[in-house]
Amino acid sequence: MGRLKTIARRTFLVGSVAVVGGVAFGIFTVRKPHGNPLTAKAGEAVLTPYVKITSDGITLITPRADSGQGAYHVQAALIAEELDVDLDQITADPGPPSPAYWNTALAAEAADFMVPAAGVMHTMAEGAVNSVMKVMGLQITGGSTTVPDQFEKLRLAGASARETIKAFVAEREGVAAGDLTTRAGAVILPDGQKIPYTDLAADLADAEVVQDVALRTPDQWRYIGKPMQRIDMLAKSTGTQGYGIDAAVDGMVHATVLMNPAQRGGMADYDASDALAMRGVQAVVPITGGLGIVADNTWRAFRAAEAINVTWEEPSSPPQQADHWAALEAAFTPDAQDSRKRDDGDVENALGEGEILTAEYRAPYLAHAPLEPVNAIVRVEDNRVEVWTGTQIPRFIQANVSRITGIPADNVTVHALMMGGSFGHRLEDEVVKQATEIAMQMKGTPVKLTYSREEDMLHDFPRQIAMARLRGKVANGQVEALDLGIAMPSVMASQLSRQNQSAPGPDSQIVSGAWDQPFAIPHQRVTGYRAPELAPISSWRSVGASSNGFFYNAALDELIAAAGADPMAERLRLCSDPLARQVLEAVAEMSDWSGIGGQADGSRTGRGVALTKSFGVHCAQVIEVTDTDNGLRIDTVWVAAEVGRVVDPVNFENLIQGGVIYALGHAMNSEITYAGGVAEQTNFDTNPGMRLDQCPAIMVRGLENGDRVLGIGEPPVPPAAPALAGAIWAVTGTRLREMPFSRAVDFV
Amino acid sequence: MQLRINGTIHEVDVEDDMPLLWVLRDELGLTGTKYGCGIAQCGACTVHLDGVAVRSCQTWAVDATGADIRTIEGLGTPAALHAVQAAWLTEQVAQCGYCQSGQIMQAASLLAENPSPTDQDIDDALSGNLCRCGTYPRIRAAVKRAATMMQEG
Repeated sequence: MGRLKTIARRTFLVGSVAVVGGVAFGIFTVRKPHGNPLTAKAGEAVLTPYVKITSDGITLITPRADSGQGAYHVQAALIAEELDVDLDQITADPGPPSPAYWNTALAAEAADFMVPAAGVMHTMAEGAVNSVMKVMGLQITGGSTTVPDQFEKLRLAGASARETIKAFVAEREGVAAGDLTTRAGAVILPDGQKIPYTDLAADLADAEVVQDVALRTPDQWRYIGKPMQRIDMLAKSTGTQGYGIDAAVDGMVHATVLMNPAQRGGMADYDASDALAMRGVQAVVPITGGLGIVADNTWRAFRAAEAINVTWEEPSSPPQQADHWAALEAAFTPDAQDSRKRDDGDVENALGEGEILTAEYRAPYLAHAPLEPVNAIVRVEDNRVEVWTGTQIPRFIQANVSRITGIPADNVTVHALMMGGSFGHRLEDEVVKQATEIAMQMKGTPVKLTYSREEDMLHDFPRQIAMARLRGKVANGQVEALDLGIAMPSVMASQLSRQNQSAPGPDSQIVSGAWDQPFAIPHQRVTGYRAPELAPISSWRSVGASSNGFFYNAALDELIAAAGADPMAERLRLCSDPLARQVLEAVAEMSDWSGIGGQADGSRTGRGVALTKSFGVHCAQVIEVTDTDNGLRIDTVWVAAEVGRVVDPVNFENLIQGGVIYALGHAMNSEITYAGGVAEQTNFDTNPGMRLDQCPAIMVRGLENGDRVLGIGEPPVPPAAPALAGAIWAVTGTRLREMPFSRAVDFV
Repeated sequence: MQLRINGTIHEVDVEDDMPLLWVLRDELGLTGTKYGCGIAQCGACTVHLDGVAVRSCQTWAVDATGADIRTIEGLGTPAALHAVQAAWLTEQVAQCGYCQSGQIMQAASLLAENPSPTDQDIDDALSGNLCRCGTYPRIRAAVKRAATMMQEG
């Protein structure tokens, strides 16, 4: 492994391969230690393709899944920056779509990058924070010590392809490569003649790839850092963007499922005779944990599902919500200790005498609930399967479909389609497994399985339930000691168990967003406790930090208040990281911070502040709330985040605003609770999130002081809820220690 | 039954109570109109019936006969954008984009009725349209931009 790392980290080698009608350029990675990857035998070295040029056009392979965060766009922009193509000239493709292309040697490595999958989730289990960013694939991740930086790799692929094209043309035309320029997808000869890249496609496959290309410097960039028109915006403004749920395959039937409404329950018996007599209903077939209903129209399948009488088995999860909380309460024990990654000063001694402040905090289960319900088309033939679905884990899907069908994974083709949101939901693949089980019972027929919203919410594997306990102390107007224990089940263990993998060692997500915060409190300890798995859970936007950012900041706020200090000033005083300090100073300046206002000033308007470091990003927020006669109104949110480099300021602002809204909506009014093992919230009437008339003004600033390019999809989430809680405290005097806050207060 | 959709008559053989949403999507392949909740809580399925925004998941097919039905595909096309779509493009509203057909249809209906809506009018008209990605600030800006564009012709 040492050898592999050396090669991968020192140099990215760009290579090319012939594909149908042209050539693909990409990055070589070595699968085994090997002296010279360019002479490696098949299977030892493979290429991650990023640029495909054929006579039909230029395709930029954008292997990170796009769930709406603009991943295709940002990846394409990084390649285009060096390749000299205009964004409106190219097609972005999440991966090799046709079997001819997919089944080349390129496929395995492409899948690794599309999938983030196995490698990443393994790394995640081992505690690497970076991995979750890769799984979520938001903006561009980088800076890891073990993973080559995508920010550089994509540009390098574009640059090598450009210089290879120039070298080829220079030789053919008998001119010096240095006399050629490139623009808008064409080589420009000294006499002004333009040769489109596409005209060269067939000849380029044999051209020697130019290595060691110097990347352009920031002052030469055309795209990076400048507002861009996102490449999917036209389709998404005209109803012409195809999502998984819109896909159609000839001869397709429409199906839905009727599953035990409880998580992990099975089916004892059923009577589908009424359903089978309904118009358009073609079959009702048993699958694991329930039934597949097949019809000629989705609505007919939905309606038939309602007409089936099923006797369900008892679920294995604890039936009542109170049981879940009791399990967390019981987890604060030495035996259940999972990690203690921070233990500064002498907490026991500091808390040994004098007045101790204690508090307990709770965060509920939350559904991901992207607006597009999960769906998949699967066609099973004798020795071949095709899957069409919006997914972040195509490689797991390949493996699972192979296991279910007994057909080799190489013969399972996964078409990864645009997702109507995910927030982590499409890191699971139950819908594909179910569609496969149905499709196996009707071989040759493409089965399109669409969940109803109710099935989607009932069987979502929600965000973890979590609880925290604070013991702390203040002295001389300052925060002196903070001892925070956090208990939750392991998200990684639950998620990986569904992929037949284990998650050895501590789960860093149990304390992420809390243990590594940039505050130098003299006596500070953060302990993670692992509760047993209760309901199955999964990664939800920002994962552990989504609950822990609230716990940590809320606890800090209580201590700051007890010390009689200002929450901004005391955070700045305690701040131990210059990047974090700049972020706090930015939101203080943007919001013209002069205290929390509210009751203390005789005002009905007040403010809270929070900062969470998650996924390497410091993100601070100030939130202003007014206590109106009709309830609490969130007026304004000021956000600053340190990301090293803002690739596209428009997309950056949109993603931060969206992250804040996602976080605030859930903190305000959303939760999943279980009764009899069944989720009590099954649609947006009982699990609403934020609506437009509740949406505050959200002012965003990106900071570029750090030297790592970081993703921004998740970091806006953790600090939003605690900043809101702080503002509510300012105007009402009530400390909110449990989400959703609608349990205690009313919002307009 | 016959349905007049985007100016074209379609003959469909469906139950009277099949929601218009599923006639559009599964019978006619007009997939720009989206399924999100099925209970009129999200607005992703919004279409126009005689110019008025309705939730197609709650509109029986039979009740749409005789009406002029307009879907996102009939509002404008990539080559000939409706002003609301042009504003959506300029403001770069979408993230996942799944709700945006419904948002755009709702906004177009509002502006047809009220060419210069106040902030409150916009909140009132579009708060039934859920966006899980949280593009609301851009939706507000795009509606205002569209209003200006339409007034300037």
